[in-house]
Amino acid sequence: MKLNLKIWRQKDAKSEGKLKDYTVDNISPDSSFLEMLDILNNDLIHKGEEPIVFDHDCREGICGMCSLHINGHAHGPDSEITTCQLHMRKFKDGDTIVIEPWRSAAFPVIKDLAVDRSAYDKILQAGGFISVNTGGVPDANAIPIPKEDADESMDAAACIGCGACAATCKNGSAMLFVAARVSSLAKLPQGRVEGARRAKAMVAKMDELGFGNCTNTGACEAECPKGISISHIARLNREFLSAKLKD
Amino acid sequence: MNCFLVQSSVGRKLVMSISGCCLVLFLLFHMSMNITAVFSAEAYDAICAFLGANWYALVATVALAALVVVHILYAIWLTLQNRTARGSQRYKVTVQEANVSWSSKNMLVLGFAVLAGLLVHFFNFWYNMQFTEIMGEHVNSLGTSPVSGAELIAYHFSKLPYVIIYLVWFAALWFHLTHGVWSMFQSVGWANKTWYPRLKCIANVVATLVFAGFALVVVVFYIRSLC
Amino acid sequence: MTKLDAKIPQGPLAEKWSKHKADIKVVSPANKRKLDIIVIGTGLGGGSAAASLGELGYNVKVFCISDSPRRAHSIAAQGGINAAKNYQNDNDSVFRLFYDTIKGGDYRAREANVYRLAEVSNLIIDQCVAQGVPFAREYGGLLDNRSFGGAQVSRTFYARGQTGQQLLLGAYAALNRQVAKGSVKSFPRHEVLDIVLVDGKARGVIARNLVTGEIERHGAHAVVMATGGYGNVFFLSTNAMNSNGSVAWQAYKKGAFFANPCFTQIHPTCIPVHGTQQSKLTLMSESLRNDGRIWVPKHEKDVAALRAKKIKPSEIKEEDRDYYLERRYPAFGNLVPRDVASRAAKERCDAGFGVNETGLAVFLDFKTAIARLGKEVIKARYGNLFQMYEKITDTNPYEEPMMIYPAVHYTMGGIWVDYNLMTTIPGLYAIGEANFSDHGANRLGASALMQGLADGYFVLPYTIGDYLSHEIQSPKVDTSTKEFDEAEAAVKARIEKLFAIKGKQSVDDIHKKLGHIMWENVGMARTKESLSKAITEIQELRKVFWSDVKVTGTNGEFNQELEKALRLADFLELGELMARDGLNRNESCGGHFRTESQTPEGEALRDDEHFAYVAVWEYNGQDKEPTLHKEELKFEAIHLAQRNYKD
Repeated sequence: MKLNLKIWRQKDAKSEGKLKDYTVDNISPDSSFLEMLDILNNDLIHKGEEPIVFDHDCREGICGMCSLHINGHAHGPDSEITTCQLHMRKFKDGDTIVIEPWRSAAFPVIKDLAVDRSAYDKILQAGGFISVNTGGVPDANAIPIPKEDADESMDAAACIGCGACAATCKNGSAMLFVAARVSSLAKLPQGRVEGARRAKAMVAKMDELGFGNCTNTGACEAECPKGISISHIARLNREFLSAKLKD
Repeated sequence: MNCFLVQSSVGRKLVMSISGCCLVLFLLFHMSMNITAVFSAEAYDAICAFLGANWYALVATVALAALVVVHILYAIWLTLQNRTARGSQRYKVTVQEANVSWSSKNMLVLGFAVLAGLLVHFFNFWYNMQFTEIMGEHVNSLGTSPVSGAELIAYHFSKLPYVIIYLVWFAALWFHLTHGVWSMFQSVGWANKTWYPRLKCIANVVATLVFAGFALVVVVFYIRSLC
Repeated sequence: MTKLDAKIPQGPLAEKWSKHKADIKVVSPANKRKLDIIVIGTGLGGGSAAASLGELGYNVKVFCISDSPRRAHSIAAQGGINAAKNYQNDNDSVFRLFYDTIKGGDYRAREANVYRLAEVSNLIIDQCVAQGVPFAREYGGLLDNRSFGGAQVSRTFYARGQTGQQLLLGAYAALNRQVAKGSVKSFPRHEVLDIVLVDGKARGVIARNLVTGEIERHGAHAVVMATGGYGNVFFLSTNAMNSNGSVAWQAYKKGAFFANPCFTQIHPTCIPVHGTQQSKLTLMSESLRNDGRIWVPKHEKDVAALRAKKIKPSEIKEEDRDYYLERRYPAFGNLVPRDVASRAAKERCDAGFGVNETGLAVFLDFKTAIARLGKEVIKARYGNLFQMYEKITDTNPYEEPMMIYPAVHYTMGGIWVDYNLMTTIPGLYAIGEANFSDHGANRLGASALMQGLADGYFVLPYTIGDYLSHEIQSPKVDTSTKEFDEAEAAVKARIEKLFAIKGKQSVDDIHKKLGHIMWENVGMARTKESLSKAITEIQELRKVFWSDVKVTGTNGEFNQELEKALRLADFLELGELMARDGLNRNESCGGHFRTESQTPEGEALRDDEHFAYVAVWEYNGQDKEPTLHKEELKFEAIHLAQRNYKD
């Protein structure tokens, strides 16, 4: 396959960036999208040009590191996958592909296609945990948990923290990310104990970091590589409001 | 308690949700009232007289106006915040995601369209009815009684431009409500996977009901004017 | 040999750990506040260790090369985590888990460490549940288990096909809690490039800020390496792209001994290589072997038809299929340990029965399980894995069998540690995959997660206290000393040297060549000739690297090429040590298969008389032969026997 690429190049956080044109040839449809970029980078190095910086690591769709906005879609034009799971058979020979970094005020570009997502870490540091120390906990089977609750908790816990939700949201809102964590813990008896505190702290931190307000468009759910439902946002709203009304 | 409605994103959405909910209820009431006009001009005028410059109607009007103002100001405020959150650098390519409604991404624009229609409506009706009464007048700018609502309706909807403006206005309202109605449940947290299809269905039913009810009056009076 | 004191406590096996815990010293809370610890890596080992040490009150600095601690490659572990809970009432016990692990490791692991691992395994499950890990449950609300290779009991706890992710998010959450409290300071996008020794003790690190390129100094009273394995020496592996062995290698060059470097695990169920431009291999969880059956056609005509795509695999009749694992190993069937399953796949492919165009693939078939349990049950168990497979290969595994082939997955070898997990450098610890300790010559499935968390939550926080109790008088480490100056200068010189080469080959070009040498000569079957050849070829390739590599950009920026070059420079030395170790170990055991040493049936044949030891290598300087030390393995509780998964 031969492809025309328009890729965002930006030297560093302070510099202006722009889309630059590249072409790649002899790409196997069985290659992954990132392998295509690897091939392009190798070509660039041989030509004496600077390779394109992009974040990637596990290449199995689980670490959440890869983060490309491809032809208008976070993680590209396929459902429930990360960029690294996107394969070239999704494109046609001769296609033009526009590759941009995540765009959100809370995710500043570091270089080219790599962005800084430390804001997500900060939100989780505000309360995305259960306050237990190592050791001194009860037996794992001491508290039975209904299978449905454990399953729903797992649905939310599948979040990989890639940032596609905030990157795709027209409001730059991180609600799906925050909701996934709050909801996952809220469905477990262990997490209920400090549920109110958690919801308030995480929402407050999210707002403080400059993420936008959720307007229920559902775009986050549509682009989430793990298909996390906005029903978790509803649960976060419920958790937060009931906590606030008790204050 | 007060502060989270201002300071928290989820709190702000609660304000949008509750104000929106009240406005939807008002629309349903207003629509039911309007439909009366189709069947009986006297009955409609009686309602108009009942809802004139009485203290209870005035209180309700002020409350309603406050809700509208809050809803609009919050909408503008939220949108400005959201634009900032989106960042200064925009995507070169964007698409409409699958299963994401166009309305949901254009609520502010739709809201302004609704507001513009509302201003026309105020000029056409409210100015000639409740406002005239508040001013203590007994005859409005058209030389009719401020409580002869049916007459006002017949007057305005005999004019085709008004008919078109109003129908466009109702259409904007329809789009606004298809997202707004289910969204208000989501914002307060009364939603889950099972209820999404139901809530979206309810939203479509409410929006269509409101559209059809209001449009019926306009269309019926226009047709009558032609006969 | 004096340096190799494993410090295994005296007394009966089952009492060693309790006795040891009672004997070692502790540090008072007031003193913990004065002590600094550096943890390198934030996977299950590093994340859990940093969090636990922070909870205890130490000042912890934690480094990771990714943009967040949550990205560490532990996250990709799919199948599950073992524990001897015996919730299934199938006669599991600490001893049975211990025994299975030793046997699975082909009797090349240290008994005392493995027993301790089995002992604390139950605590891990309790801890993770308390942290909110959503393990799979039965309708009654209690925890569910599945089976894994090398065991005849169901002791594997799991969270769909994302167990590693959920356990890591648990450890990461615990870490976040400490970061919020201020007891842990997190340094994401930082790569540690050297360990600094002061008076022979580990006293800090030199790290590079990957965004700005700034070289930083960090001092501490102890340093913990939790940097994972070095499987990426093969270029193509199931490891994450950024996984590397550099910290371990720098520690080795500073005096930490390297143990059993040749012990590499080749995982039997990976998606086959599709072409020469591939950068990464994808693992399909071992849990699939619970319900999937592995086969190749019995007849060569079917193989030819498959390769020519004239028939679909599902069209091959039951009687024309060779379920070779079930045929060869009736007792364990498809759930034999990984090394056995991998070699069996290689044997069939070498015999000409490989089922894809390259002849390097076998089938993993769910037809029987779908017929027995229904598609929905299979979907609930493995849905995400099936989806992943379909996205990558464009084949629907509900209808056609998966194609799989072995790939490099895990390294059992690593930095040598004593019972306290301390390396031969005082104050330098190695935990998780980075050390060599618990898996012998082959790791059982679902045991890596167990070891990472055991080390991080329940072993290191105790044993490090013993060392630090002697450090309470030491002041804060001064990073402006000569030792730090020298270490920083050396790091900078290494970076400048790389930029100065300005050659013609990219880092990946050379890495691919190294990977090829390793896979062909130090892969699934090794011979004296292949290993000797590898040593020579790697030495030559190293020269090519240092004279012809091209590293673009500068140091003062986000430079992924420089990161890769620094890591490859170390792989080019580490690969040689792996070959050297393989050459020395003239026996087959676990993942290390020397063609010269096999039973008449082609199974790995150990030589306990000559090789019942841990091969521990000491660095002697650039391009000098390392010294081999031997830690004799004494088996008191277990009788050494040829591994048997047949009956």
